[in-house]
Amino acid sequence: MQALYAQLLVGLINGSFYALLSLGLAVIFGMLNIINFAHGALYMMGAFVAYFLLNLGGINYWWALLLAPIIVGIFGMILERTMLQWLTGLDHLYGLLLTFGIALIVQGVFQNYFGSSGLPYAIPDQLKGGMNLGFMFLPVYRGWVVIFSLVVCIATWFLIEKTRLGAYLRAATENPTLVRAFGVNVPRMITLTYGLGVGLAALAGVLSAPINQVRPLMGADLIIVVFAVVVIGGMGSIMGSIITGFALGVIEGLTKYFYPEASNTVVFVLMVLVLLVKPTGLTGRAA
Amino acid sequence: MAETASAEAPAKAASGGNLLQVRNLEAWYGESHILHGINFDVNAGEVVTLLGRNGAGKTTTLKSIMGIIGKRTGSVKFNNQDIIRTTSDKIARMGIAFCPEERGIFASLDVRENLLLPPVVRPGGLPLEQIFDLFPNLKERLNSQGTKLSGGEQQMLAIARILRTGANFLMLDEPTEGLAPVIIQQIGHTIARLKKEGFTILLVEQNFRFASTVADRYYVVEHGKIIDGFANAELAANMDKLHTYLGV
Repeated sequence: MQALYAQLLVGLINGSFYALLSLGLAVIFGMLNIINFAHGALYMMGAFVAYFLLNLGGINYWWALLLAPIIVGIFGMILERTMLQWLTGLDHLYGLLLTFGIALIVQGVFQNYFGSSGLPYAIPDQLKGGMNLGFMFLPVYRGWVVIFSLVVCIATWFLIEKTRLGAYLRAATENPTLVRAFGVNVPRMITLTYGLGVGLAALAGVLSAPINQVRPLMGADLIIVVFAVVVIGGMGSIMGSIITGFALGVIEGLTKYFYPEASNTVVFVLMVLVLLVKPTGLTGRAA
Repeated sequence: MAETASAEAPAKAASGGNLLQVRNLEAWYGESHILHGINFDVNAGEVVTLLGRNGAGKTTTLKSIMGIIGKRTGSVKFNNQDIIRTTSDKIARMGIAFCPEERGIFASLDVRENLLLPPVVRPGGLPLEQIFDLFPNLKERLNSQGTKLSGGEQQMLAIARILRTGANFLMLDEPTEGLAPVIIQQIGHTIARLKKEGFTILLVEQNFRFASTVADRYYVVEHGKIIDGFANAELAANMDKLHTYLGV
């Protein structure tokens, strides 16, 4: 039974990363209509920025949680201003190819300087240790990751679905020309939205650093599963991405317990099934 | 009936209270050359109507003024400021509001969000109570999804949301299209009331019977050019010509 709970916890942790990353992808796809293949590389950059902040600047984990998303978000906004904005109105394939190229370059540069092995990033003192819940032992840091990710996901959902700024975002997703003709600076809003999506990826990277180590290919390993999550949840759906992210993490964890051989493929099997039954995803709109 | 303005020909409209001045306006959709040198003026406080057949260039004229068309040349002066190279968000912030033909109600927003979406660009917009006084239906449907409203209610919402913003120059593209006569009448009353409140309105209409109840002056658009212009007082005298222009 202990093993089942342990796998459930691993599933929830993976689900947290899936949710944060697929949420960022959903925000970016909704607003820019770009399938951001660079998302994994930007997640990796978040972890590396946290590593640099600690080892070069002595800046701790808590500040990294704030600074890394801002720094990588600014890098994302520069990418959007200098490259992605020119793809407006073109086929999805161009955005996909460009961001895939960016991902390869970013990963290549980091691999060149840091190799493929992981760099250690220590769990902050305040989150070390664990708690005995009676039915299982819960490492505090892992509990923190699940709860913090959930809070960030819900805050992002609230921002987009329940605020005036979110109303601008949703309206501009439908008809950017008209929203701009109302006096809203839509190009700037698109840049900031890309920055927000990228910042979420970087935040996931910082959260992941103490668990998975800091590796140039950490994003490449994860991004394929995250894309499957997004396809299952539905491209562009905010709540769909969050729920599917956590749910698939748990399903993966349960599969590891009941039938470990299928744990790496269960997400893709589900993706195929969903695509067959509902091609726009469980909660998605037509692309 | 709205009061009439003097009957300037397009080239020599009054300059005193001139709010909008369009000269040699040309516009393109991709490779298609749609406007071939549009000239007209709108004075402050007037309701001016662009008449013309389908495809004549009326909507393109409004879109060109608003800056939401691929390419445009010539001169568009609003309050004596040339806006031909200005982006649409800045044009909106100067006090021009556009209500598109397709209404542009957002499906992912409820009625309240649709109504509050356009940012306030200047002081002097109508307060919500006054907007609900003009369009009582909207108050009852605030929590409905925007596109679940009837066609008439959607049109009211599309007009209502730009009245909040403080824009004093409204461009309404075929506000009566596809609506029942009783709703058309209500929109006519609204436009007359807005004119009384001091709004300047540039209207695009195919339904010139409706236009005649609200307009001070008319311009006729054909093949991307203004081919005629007259005041509402001269409407009766121009009826035969108008029938020919509009093919009715």
